[in-house]
Amino acid sequence: MTGIEQPSQLAAEDSEYLRIDAKGLHYRLLNERIREAIGDGRKYIEVVNVHGQRYIGDGIQAHVQIDIYGIPGNDLAIFMDGAEVVVHNNAQDAVGNTLNSGRVIVHGDAGDVIGYGMRGGKVFIRGDVGYRVGIHMKEEPRRKPVLIVGGTAADFLGEYLAGGVLIVLGLTDTARRGTVVGDYCGTGMHGGRIYLRGTVEEDHIAERFAEKYEATEEDLNAILPDLAEFCEVFGFDLDKVLAERFWVVKPSSRNPYGASYVPNP
Amino acid sequence: MRNTFVPRRFRQVIDHEKCQRCKRCVMGCGFGALEFQGRVVPSAKNECVACHYCVNVCPEEAITVVENPLKYRWHEVWQPDIIMQATRQAETGGVLLSGMGNDRPWGVIWDHLCLDACQVTNPSIDPLREPMELRTFLGRKPESVEVEHGPNGEIRARTPIPPQLVLETPVIFAPMSFGSISLNAQKALAMAAKDLGIYWSTGEGGLHKDLYPYADRAIVQCASGRFGVHEEYLRAGAAVEIKIGQGAKPGIGGHLPGRKVTTAIAETRGIPEGTEALSPAPHHDIYSIEDLRQLIWALKEATEFRVPVSVKIAAVHNVAAIASGIVRAGADIIYIDGFRGGTGAAPTMIRNHLGIPIEVAIAAVDTRLRKEGIRNQCSIIAAGSIRNSADLAKAIALGADACAIATAALIALGCHLCQQCHTGNCSWGITTQRPELTRRLDPAWGAERVANLIHAWTEELKEILGALGVNAIESLRGSRDRLRAVFLDEKTREILDVKAAGE
Repeated sequence: MTGIEQPSQLAAEDSEYLRIDAKGLHYRLLNERIREAIGDGRKYIEVVNVHGQRYIGDGIQAHVQIDIYGIPGNDLAIFMDGAEVVVHNNAQDAVGNTLNSGRVIVHGDAGDVIGYGMRGGKVFIRGDVGYRVGIHMKEEPRRKPVLIVGGTAADFLGEYLAGGVLIVLGLTDTARRGTVVGDYCGTGMHGGRIYLRGTVEEDHIAERFAEKYEATEEDLNAILPDLAEFCEVFGFDLDKVLAERFWVVKPSSRNPYGASYVPNP
Repeated sequence: MRNTFVPRRFRQVIDHEKCQRCKRCVMGCGFGALEFQGRVVPSAKNECVACHYCVNVCPEEAITVVENPLKYRWHEVWQPDIIMQATRQAETGGVLLSGMGNDRPWGVIWDHLCLDACQVTNPSIDPLREPMELRTFLGRKPESVEVEHGPNGEIRARTPIPPQLVLETPVIFAPMSFGSISLNAQKALAMAAKDLGIYWSTGEGGLHKDLYPYADRAIVQCASGRFGVHEEYLRAGAAVEIKIGQGAKPGIGGHLPGRKVTTAIAETRGIPEGTEALSPAPHHDIYSIEDLRQLIWALKEATEFRVPVSVKIAAVHNVAAIASGIVRAGADIIYIDGFRGGTGAAPTMIRNHLGIPIEVAIAAVDTRLRKEGIRNQCSIIAAGSIRNSADLAKAIALGADACAIATAALIALGCHLCQQCHTGNCSWGITTQRPELTRRLDPAWGAERVANLIHAWTEELKEILGALGVNAIESLRGSRDRLRAVFLDEKTREILDVKAAGE
């Protein structure tokens, strides 16, 4: 991404604010510092000079905001439960892995396996993402994960999807060079919905498991609040986003494998 | 006329002289294999699987189950099982699915290993009158331990000791998810584990809210489907286990059919009711040892390094090298499941033909870790058809720290090995989610029977140790010189590092 944002200049004496310099800090120490800060009642933590430290926000169960400057390592916000993590740069693999609740915002691109097995919460990626994104997301009556990608996604998007909402908007230059999603989209999906905006080739959808149709007004209304939130976070124009056609990929069956097996005599 | 060429395997024979027509058998059969038409008769539609529930609930002992005497012409190669499998597949086009462990006649290496005993030159010990130490610690051990004396003269470790599971006897209950077994069955195991001072395992289906009181005795699993995996769950457990593979179905995932995903299972797993619960074949965030390391340390971070992290794998060809990688990746416990291990459901061909026996896997892993000087860095749990205390003792002598048992524990709950777990019709209320079946399994009754079993094995294990002339399980661990082989080929003996009987 371009135009890396600078950390805020909040007053150091604010008791709810803490800045942690991650330069040369091992992830274990960094996470200890973050947990300590939360224990001290800090609500807003800025981590600067982040350089690939893994597991930032791992398992945090607190309503705090963690702003990250620099590039965090894999498994950002894994098992996180309630916090908000904002990355003012690109992120790596497995962002929001098994996320329980809370929100992760990435102002750049992110890598593979984003939102693996998400149970709830939101992951917003401004740019493009890699392979196997949003796989095996789940859903409960009062908990529904939402993963929105501003750019494009590679192969196996929403594989084994069991619930939740996956949205790929194709707003980046990458999208203009081709379709918004790679091959095998929705393979093994048996729940949830995938929304794709813009050009989608028919053969990119795993037709054994999923069917694609143009989004109805009802379909779009279902995601409108999340889309508005995404646009507000990144400064996109919601009307322009909605001006393009949206496609919905939904599972053909809730039990795609049921008929494949017979009892051994 | 039957709509299949696959013959019935069993017949229920009702003694109508004795039968009082109370219909307990008819109502009791989860498979609907008995009907009442003025008197009890075998169902025309549903078949008996020989689970013996009816036999056991009949107050008059009026029911017998016999094998269907219908014969195929004898053929050494084309055994009846194989003919029936091909017939069923010709009729359905389906992948064959089985429950429980490998039923093919591969042989059992345990049955070719003899344990030593003392005679004359070193005295045996009488465990009934002398103390016998079975307490087992599972987890990473330091290279060396420095001790110091506390203010009251007590001895304590100066070296930091990584987190350990403490077992009063070297057995745990193998992972069986809520889904594969009923909540009552899981609760029986959880209660027994708490009573016995050992551990039970959630399997990959999450931890039901009713079982949180037993979480301090639970190993909580994080498997590829990530069902019910969240921070509260991870923090509740006594250890966290990454499930990579299962002995009954190495290399493949799993799926709990939608009809078994009840409200309670959906809530516990965090998925919509009635949808299939799919476990991907791999963890898609683990494609290498380095990736495994990533998840191990993510879990350690999530639990703030307070509990050991275990990695469960199926015993496969290169198990020793894989185990070495797992230890180097940071696992504190490695759980190896042999190819005779059980399952709630696995494709029959996978169950019967993939993987290697647990006996050789234990030996290969233990040898490799010792050679590399990293055996202290992790404990080994062995599983995959540990049938009695003798198997347990032999596994420990080969190098296991503890064994996990599942089938034996289910037998304590009433299981008769009918191998129909995958159908969800278990008459005993174990591998079913049908409320009319699960409610007949009283957890307190089950817990007592399971505890009886483990108490009995514990006593037998003490007697074995006594006969060996040692007074601690630690003295048997990896002590392969206390084993001798009969009728095992030289190469297998070499891998086991066990001499032939008479040597």
